[in-house]
Amino acid sequence: MDMKANKKKLGLKEKYAHMTRGLDWQTTYQPMDKVFPQATFEGIKIHDWDKWEDPFRLTMDAYWKYQAEKERKLYAVLDAFAQNNGHLGITDARYLNAVKLFLTGISPLEYVAHRGFAAAGRNFPGVGPRVACLMQSIDEIRHAQTQIHALSNYNKFYEGFHAGAAHQIERIWYLSVPKSFFDDAFSAGPFEWMIAIGFSFEYVLTNLLFVPFMSGAAYNGDMATVTFGFSAQSDEARHMTLGLECIKFMLEQDPDNLPIVQKWIDKWAWRGIRVLTLVGMMMDYMLPKRVMSWKEAWEIYFEQNGGALFNDLAKYGIKVPDCITQCTVDKEHISHQAWCTFYQYAHASAFHTWLPNAEEMDWLSAKYPNTFDKYYRPRYEQWREMADKGERFYNNTLPMLCQVCQIPMVFTEPDDPSKICYRESDYNGEKYHTCSDGCKHIFDDEPEKYIQAWLPVHQIYQGNCWPEGTDPTAEGFDPMAKVLEWYHIENGKDNLDYEGSGDQANFAAWRGAATQNT
Amino acid sequence: MSTVFIAFQTNEDTRPIVESILADNPHAVLDEQPAMVKINAEGQLVIKRESIEERIGRNFDLQELQINLITLSGNIDEDDDQFTLAWKN
Amino acid sequence: MAVKALSEYNFPAADTQDKFHGNQLLYVGWDDHLMFCAPFAYCIPPSTKFSELVEKHLPHSFGRHPEWAKVDFGKAVWLKSGQPFQPDMNKTLAEQGLKHKDVLRLQTPGLNGNGTYF
Repeated sequence: MDMKANKKKLGLKEKYAHMTRGLDWQTTYQPMDKVFPQATFEGIKIHDWDKWEDPFRLTMDAYWKYQAEKERKLYAVLDAFAQNNGHLGITDARYLNAVKLFLTGISPLEYVAHRGFAAAGRNFPGVGPRVACLMQSIDEIRHAQTQIHALSNYNKFYEGFHAGAAHQIERIWYLSVPKSFFDDAFSAGPFEWMIAIGFSFEYVLTNLLFVPFMSGAAYNGDMATVTFGFSAQSDEARHMTLGLECIKFMLEQDPDNLPIVQKWIDKWAWRGIRVLTLVGMMMDYMLPKRVMSWKEAWEIYFEQNGGALFNDLAKYGIKVPDCITQCTVDKEHISHQAWCTFYQYAHASAFHTWLPNAEEMDWLSAKYPNTFDKYYRPRYEQWREMADKGERFYNNTLPMLCQVCQIPMVFTEPDDPSKICYRESDYNGEKYHTCSDGCKHIFDDEPEKYIQAWLPVHQIYQGNCWPEGTDPTAEGFDPMAKVLEWYHIENGKDNLDYEGSGDQANFAAWRGAATQNT
Repeated sequence: MSTVFIAFQTNEDTRPIVESILADNPHAVLDEQPAMVKINAEGQLVIKRESIEERIGRNFDLQELQINLITLSGNIDEDDDQFTLAWKN
Repeated sequence: MAVKALSEYNFPAADTQDKFHGNQLLYVGWDDHLMFCAPFAYCIPPSTKFSELVEKHLPHSFGRHPEWAKVDFGKAVWLKSGQPFQPDMNKTLAEQGLKHKDVLRLQTPGLNGNGTYF
């Protein structure tokens, strides 16, 4: 790629120094603290911004060069995918429901991350982090765009992709979970944003989202998703490094930063882990061919890798977040609890769900010997019995939600998987309910923030989730039908069980047509 | 000692890179997964520009690693000649 | 601890009772029955009698469970915010102090999906 040059080139370190230092100036007609109003209010003390060093030492010229290369690779694959009926190469159209969840739940986060890093870059007075945030901001919008572009191929053939990445994130009940996570981070200051997204999400958790899941997409023949996934992930390695660098920088700058950073790590580790419940379900239930279980991925990428990270941060006085004990229990439950939830609320979801078959249940028993047969297999067997009688179970009443993570209150007590975990707080004369000690702790620390939460169930009951002009007093008014309309879920097409869906019928017919001449 | 790792997409660009890493780091362990190859190593992993250049027969800029990189773990130290991942504890 | 912010941070709560058109929220869960993944949220008038909750709203939600028909409300145990609560079937929610966003847990000893917590 590089031509042999006769003139001696700058070394990596020299080039980085030239292109990331001395680029800004001291203001004269406005004080610096007015130009950078968000730099200090969170209490983080920075004495020397030049101590910030990007270990990759990536400069803007190299950045454009390598990103262009990644795009060329990606679009070559997308063309091949579209030209060769790639959508019929997947193992089973059930798989696509994971992709629908990805498009509606995760791609919009990439876009918010783009905005958030642009804002963080604007608000940091130091040039090093500003350059790094700029690159990450551009990466994130690239991810949103390439994901939407890659998955638009599926929209030509399958249900549930038509609302795309933009519309449903602000409306659908389960999408409020990832949305509120990013809203929470974006409405904090720039340093907390960096810990929330740059460190907890990118460094500690993103591997769990992208690595085993994308490898799973490859295993299931989904060339489009693998390619954008890995193309995005090549940027993530840099983002993770930025997150780690940022935390080390804060801790090295001033000892007073330690308790603030520790509090944010504790909060955002738990917030992120709750969001990943959705990913756990995707891995254990939505991939027809499975690479590894959620629990195994958790052990590799969180327990081992996160453990190494926290060992490394121990020299600064950082402790492993308190929620780890709870997580160790939860890793054997949450994917099943989530799937049970989506199974029964499939009529209100923009993707299909189904009961695991006998072979899949045996796989789950083997992967979850302590919990699956005791707690979850009996549920699936009873629901199977009902479904076989033509009485497939759909839950007809809206669930109670956690005020912080916004997930329905499906999680169980740490010491008793048969009992729902209820926690509550009183604030200004009103009750607030949370799903766990982790979420309660977060609520109690900043109640003024979380009392404003846009909880989908409460919003439906307040009458805020119907199309404009809806008259709830009209004769025959069906509130849930109106909610689905407002969600842009086509009732009978996008939702309900996979068994009997249009996707199932079409995939079978088209795949038949692709392998025969009749 | 903690484990560091690096993962690449499985393709023709990364094959000589992976070979170089395994040759330069005898303690490293290869983990092949669908569409990706992950290299785990106790403590530290070093990627040397020269070793890759020997295998591909052209100049190589270590920043080219980023094109096919999937993930990594450990503190990074990069200069023109080598890229090191390490947990120093 | 207060939110750290650039200026005064004071915003209204999103779900105060006045926003529910004369209704209140009441949450009810049925212990040991995880066929229903989470407790339910009801939006009903404070003037709802407890008997109406038990005879109309709960059967609508829980009625498809094979054990629902076996529930004996004479022996059922109720918790409100985790503490024992003795409902009066003939009184309304308001009359017996069931406020907006209170949570009730229904316990039916002996019924637990035959040990499976279904």
